[in-house]
Amino acid sequence: MGSNLARQRGRGRAAGRDPAYAKALRWKRAEKASVARTEQVKEKAALRCTWRSRIMAGKVKWVTDIEKSVLINNFEKRGWVQVTENEDWNFYWMSVQTIRNVFSVETGYRLSDDQIVNHFPNHYELTRKDLMVKNIKRYRKELEKEGSPLAEKDENGKYLYLDFVPVTYMLPADYNLFVEEFRKSPSSTWIMKPCGKAQGKGIFLINKLSQIKKWSRDSKTSSFVSQSTKEAYVISLYINNPLLIGGRKFDLRLYVLVSTYRPLRCYMYKLGFCRFCTVKYTPSTSELDNMFVHLTNVAIQKHGEDYNHIHGGKWTVNNLRLYLESTRGKEVTSKLFDEIHWIIVQSLKAVAPVMNNDKHCFECYGYDIIIDDKLKPWLIEVNASPSLTSSTANDRILKYNLINDTLNIAVPNGEIPDCKWNKSPPKEVLGNYEILYDEELAQGDGADRELRSRPGQSLGPKGGRSRDSGRTVLTTWK
Amino acid sequence: MLQEESDLSLVIAQIVQKLKGSSLYAQLERQAWASLQRPEIKLESLKEDIKEYFKISGWEKKLQNAVYSELSVFPSPSHPAAPPEHLKEPLVYMRKAQGSWEKRILKSLNSMCTELSIPLARKRPVGEQKELLNKWNEMGTDEPDLSLFRPVYAPKDFLEVLINLRNPNYENGDSLSFRTHLGLIQVPLKVKDIPELKEFFVELGLTTGQLGIDDSTQVPPELFENEHVRIGQKVLAEQDSAAAQQYIRQGSPTALRAELWALILNISSQPEDILYYEQLKTNVIQHDLLVDSLIYKVLLCFSRDTSVLGHFAYNSASPPKSYIRGKLGLEEYAVFYPPNGVIPFHGFSMYVAPLCFLYHEPSKLYQIFREMYVRFFFRLHSISSHPSGIVSLCLLFETLLQTYLPQLFYHLREIGAQPLRISFKWMVRAFSGYLATDQLLLLWDRILGYNSLEILAVLAAAVFAFRAVNLMEVTSLAAAEAVLADLSTLKVMPLLQIFLFATVT
Repeated sequence: MGSNLARQRGRGRAAGRDPAYAKALRWKRAEKASVARTEQVKEKAALRCTWRSRIMAGKVKWVTDIEKSVLINNFEKRGWVQVTENEDWNFYWMSVQTIRNVFSVETGYRLSDDQIVNHFPNHYELTRKDLMVKNIKRYRKELEKEGSPLAEKDENGKYLYLDFVPVTYMLPADYNLFVEEFRKSPSSTWIMKPCGKAQGKGIFLINKLSQIKKWSRDSKTSSFVSQSTKEAYVISLYINNPLLIGGRKFDLRLYVLVSTYRPLRCYMYKLGFCRFCTVKYTPSTSELDNMFVHLTNVAIQKHGEDYNHIHGGKWTVNNLRLYLESTRGKEVTSKLFDEIHWIIVQSLKAVAPVMNNDKHCFECYGYDIIIDDKLKPWLIEVNASPSLTSSTANDRILKYNLINDTLNIAVPNGEIPDCKWNKSPPKEVLGNYEILYDEELAQGDGADRELRSRPGQSLGPKGGRSRDSGRTVLTTWK
Repeated sequence: MLQEESDLSLVIAQIVQKLKGSSLYAQLERQAWASLQRPEIKLESLKEDIKEYFKISGWEKKLQNAVYSELSVFPSPSHPAAPPEHLKEPLVYMRKAQGSWEKRILKSLNSMCTELSIPLARKRPVGEQKELLNKWNEMGTDEPDLSLFRPVYAPKDFLEVLINLRNPNYENGDSLSFRTHLGLIQVPLKVKDIPELKEFFVELGLTTGQLGIDDSTQVPPELFENEHVRIGQKVLAEQDSAAAQQYIRQGSPTALRAELWALILNISSQPEDILYYEQLKTNVIQHDLLVDSLIYKVLLCFSRDTSVLGHFAYNSASPPKSYIRGKLGLEEYAVFYPPNGVIPFHGFSMYVAPLCFLYHEPSKLYQIFREMYVRFFFRLHSISSHPSGIVSLCLLFETLLQTYLPQLFYHLREIGAQPLRISFKWMVRAFSGYLATDQLLLLWDRILGYNSLEILAVLAAAVFAFRAVNLMEVTSLAAAEAVLADLSTLKVMPLLQIFLFATVT
């Protein structure tokens, strides 16, 4: 004890004698301390790490770049652990911007077997309207070439079973084709929509050729950007005879989950809804400027003056079915819902061959469908990132449940995923989803059946039931 | 025997009297005259031949339906010497309570007028008339700005009145006995117990097919549904009101419901009915009533419809009176206000909303609603001793819970969550706005089928039974309310069936 003290004293003395030595000594001591500190920090960090990883072991690590409570509450309910995107993650619910980076050639990284994302790499083949239309046109031609009965046409050259998207062209690319079509029925109204924008942004209606000329002049003079694909537009024939309920126009929003494209397996969410326009529909051209009449996206509707906060202008699909069955009868209602299912499956089949069927991916699409006054459904577009914003309490419950059921199918048992699994969950976990189409099952049942049965012809004793569409779907054109 | 016979002749006299003023009577008369031209009508057997002709041509069925409709609306006749107020409500204390409740509502309405300086009624300026006409069809979905107006009353206020009802001739007694009613309603009325309910709702039993149960996805339609739909079509083809009412006890197929209900309520859209609706519409457009801001299109017409006044003959309520400005208190200047005599309360429009799923022509929708109101819904906000009246429904609900779920009832009472405080609003609105629409329509099928609202109290009790486990765990009224906040996932028919027929009692 004493000796140690003496030594220190001696050193102190020495230091006192030689300032240079003292300085060196001080420096050395400081260095030692610093190293020790770092070591300590490292050690603690390591300790914390193992401690954390021990806790996290077996738990799904999630990331999202969409801060929505309906997502986060679902992850937390499962006891999953939040990490950052730079750490190891198992589940990433990402925006479409992020998916582009994840799978891009430059920044792309290889996903491992225990990683899952909520988009397919080239989902835009379906969710960009121009590409969707292109794919559906190609699909129809292929079927026609094969001589498939599905590609049968009527006396006017219209497809009997595959004419479910309103006539659509790309602008400026298809300008001449469009003008030709426009002149055939000059009184029709067309809807212009920018290719890359969502939620009703940049949409307008035209009913004169001069308007489109003005538009192209304006956009050309504004800047050179107009030539890029971002400024490309799709122009579609406007459904000017929509089915009205209480004098109001509405569209249908249906959620469809795809777990794999090849083989195709998709699920329909039972709790889709109708979005009503808040202004009474008048087909006069003077009201063309009133976008509220024409666009039914809630995103736009919110600004309508008399937007009703209580029900958010929404009806469930079940309510629609009840209304139609009560006022129009069961047969036409069943036929309508059969056809809606039919066009969704056909649209997915149309993109399946070009879709990068990455095994790490699943996707929940928002289908927008308009029904005309002859009860024919039209596919308007498909959204890759259906809005998870909720405008009312009911809406929040609906979307929370939608995510919940989606996760139950995409991440079985909420356990760390293994993307090599066969992706056929047991019936009990489907929740509000029902199988819309299962290619493997359909083929197992006999591949030629599909070609024999057609939409709308399912009203025999087997397909005539409307309430339980699950049964109808499978008996119709499996 | 003698009594029964004289009762019957009284009923016949009543109905004949009622029908004499109807358009059906005039039509029948015209048909009878016209039939004289027919070769098969012989002078020798004139009466028989015309009867036969009515039978063949379907007019007899129409008369039958009209008689049946009168029978199901009108109360059983009382002693011929009984004063007309006995027809409204036989019990004096009930009549008094209703009277003072009406005074309160009217006072509240008047003070709201003064506060907002709005006259009770005024003629609309021409510009406003035009605007209203243009917007007519949208009115069902546009809710007017209600922020300024508070509802004249809410179900909660009404419940307080019912809780304070007492029969002055009945000694409640302070000492508790096993017979003491522990609920909020303290008037002695006869309500059915489960054995009686089982007998009354016998078609809802386990052995009878039910829409709402036996049409679920797991059951093949061949077992029940297909046959039931076929019978329904046959009933409609027969146009027989009584058969339709019996049929609908097992539930109505969605596609047939609109027509079946119209048949049961004996509503046919004659041109004069449509004209009548158009006239009411004109009335609405010309005159602005204060209550307009509280109700929808259909209710606007309803409020102007003085034919609704007719139901006050058998309703314990009386239409409120108002006086032309400056003539307060002078009986010759008294007018009913609103013209139909019914003051809407918060949530009144819920009686109309479900019907919008069945009828898209406004005039038909309106007629169905009016008939549903004067047959059933008025009973849900008038104080009376009728078995379908709200007081009896409350008592039935509480008695069912106290008798068949005593532990639950006691627990909720102890934590200050009297079950009726939660279920009252369900019953006042006939569950509209609480159940999913398809389920609500299945429930209302049974109201029509049994010509009774008692099913509402049974369902309210069944809901408590269904959520009993969770309710036993709560410790406050708020928590109990939370457990019962969302009824939209319930399937009503299985709940009713289990409660009535599959619970050990």
